Amino acid sequence: MDVQATTPLDPRVLDAMLPYLVNYYGNPHSRTHAYGWESEAAMERARQQVASLIGADPREIVFTSGATESNNIAIKGVARFYRSRKKHLITTQTEHKCVLDSCRSLEAEGFQVTYLPVQKSGIIDLKELEAAIQPDTSLVSVMTVNNEIGVKQPIAEIGRICSSRKVYFHTDAAQAVGKIPLDVNDMKIDLMSISGHKIYGPKGVGAVYIRRRPRVRVEALQSGGGQERGMRSGTVPTPLVVGLGAACEVAQQEMEYDHKRISKLAERLIQNIMKSLPDVVMNGDPEHHYPGCINLSFAYVEGESLLMALKDVALSSGSACTSASLEPSYVLRAIGTDEDLAHSSIRFGIGRFTTEEEVDYTVEKCIQHVKRLREMSPLWEMVQDGIDLKSIKWTQH
Amino acid sequence: MAASSRTQVLDLYQAMLRERTYAVRRIRDAFRENKNVKDPVEIQTLVNKAKRDLGIIRRQVHIGQLYSTDKLIIEN
Repeated sequence: MDVQATTPLDPRVLDAMLPYLVNYYGNPHSRTHAYGWESEAAMERARQQVASLIGADPREIVFTSGATESNNIAIKGVARFYRSRKKHLITTQTEHKCVLDSCRSLEAEGFQVTYLPVQKSGIIDLKELEAAIQPDTSLVSVMTVNNEIGVKQPIAEIGRICSSRKVYFHTDAAQAVGKIPLDVNDMKIDLMSISGHKIYGPKGVGAVYIRRRPRVRVEALQSGGGQERGMRSGTVPTPLVVGLGAACEVAQQEMEYDHKRISKLAERLIQNIMKSLPDVVMNGDPEHHYPGCINLSFAYVEGESLLMALKDVALSSGSACTSASLEPSYVLRAIGTDEDLAHSSIRFGIGRFTTEEEVDYTVEKCIQHVKRLREMSPLWEMVQDGIDLKSIKWTQH
Repeated sequence: MAASSRTQVLDLYQAMLRERTYAVRRIRDAFRENKNVKDPVEIQTLVNKAKRDLGIIRRQVHIGQLYSTDKLIIEN
């Protein structure tokens, strides 16, 4: 139940990819023979499939190795292209590591970056965004759905603000594409990052949407043969992009059905856990929320111990990219979660293939182990006796 | 619905149901959703799509068996 980290390949996607891994192995940039032409045709079909999912023109889609590369291209590419006149960027404190890291590396190049805080709900304050925009701001980057707490940012409003102030708007939509309806024109999005393996497609492929009207100019990160209109050199991996295209097409067909089902399963999980366990907090705004990503904090229980206890279920606390460090998630810190609750948080991911049995099993085990761990916890004992933990003066031994 | 396409649809339904969990659920829901479609052109389109999907299911189940893993804890 860790679908925010990655998703299995949908069988329809694998079926579309296999011919290109077996027989049709041509290089799509080879102009002179049928292998190349067939491969190129497949690549362009895939491009159309990706474009149609987000309401874009196929010429606006550039294939990359994944959302991390797409984020790098969008942020560094735009910032560097316009560097002579614009040196300021705006992003949020809850963005994915690759966005924050790209901004940090730009700061080292002399750019200035504003990291907007988020409210307790996880959503940014639109007034703060407007106030942060300066005459020399080139780009605003805000992710559509957060990968740790599932919060949905008000993308259409942000798009409107950016468009009226003539600032480019980039959104990392890796967790949102194919799950909630997105239209780059309705929402006035100028750049968007897409990840293959978050939407039941293959790993190692993604795309970046770059608006043509009005044209957004981007300085390429990768030098080479000029593929993808010069924006991303390198042979386009036909089997992978065919997979990405198929994943997008399947997602478009299944979006409504999946959303309804996932919402029901999420409701089931949350209700059943909360009615059997006290002191459970859901992190992130419950209304502007993608149902498939549920982050719960279990007070008086340590997150890692709970994860170890739930070892038959694939879950995570924090996110895959930060799970190696011992620090609690920066996203939870940004929404103002107390240290101790931040350490006690678990993220439940529900996806297209999650079954009712899997949800029920997870809920049952979760309740069982939280109760067990709480029984062993001296903090829990103190709370049961009516002691206010905040009033305790901890002494050194 | 004409007799031949009714048989076709029912045959397809039977054939597809023989495959796995997600497929079973998705197929049942899709057939249920489309049961009131009257337009023969639309019916034929849906039937053709279902035939293609059946091919996909068959191939993918086969591949899944070639590269099988241990059962999930749930399936025990």
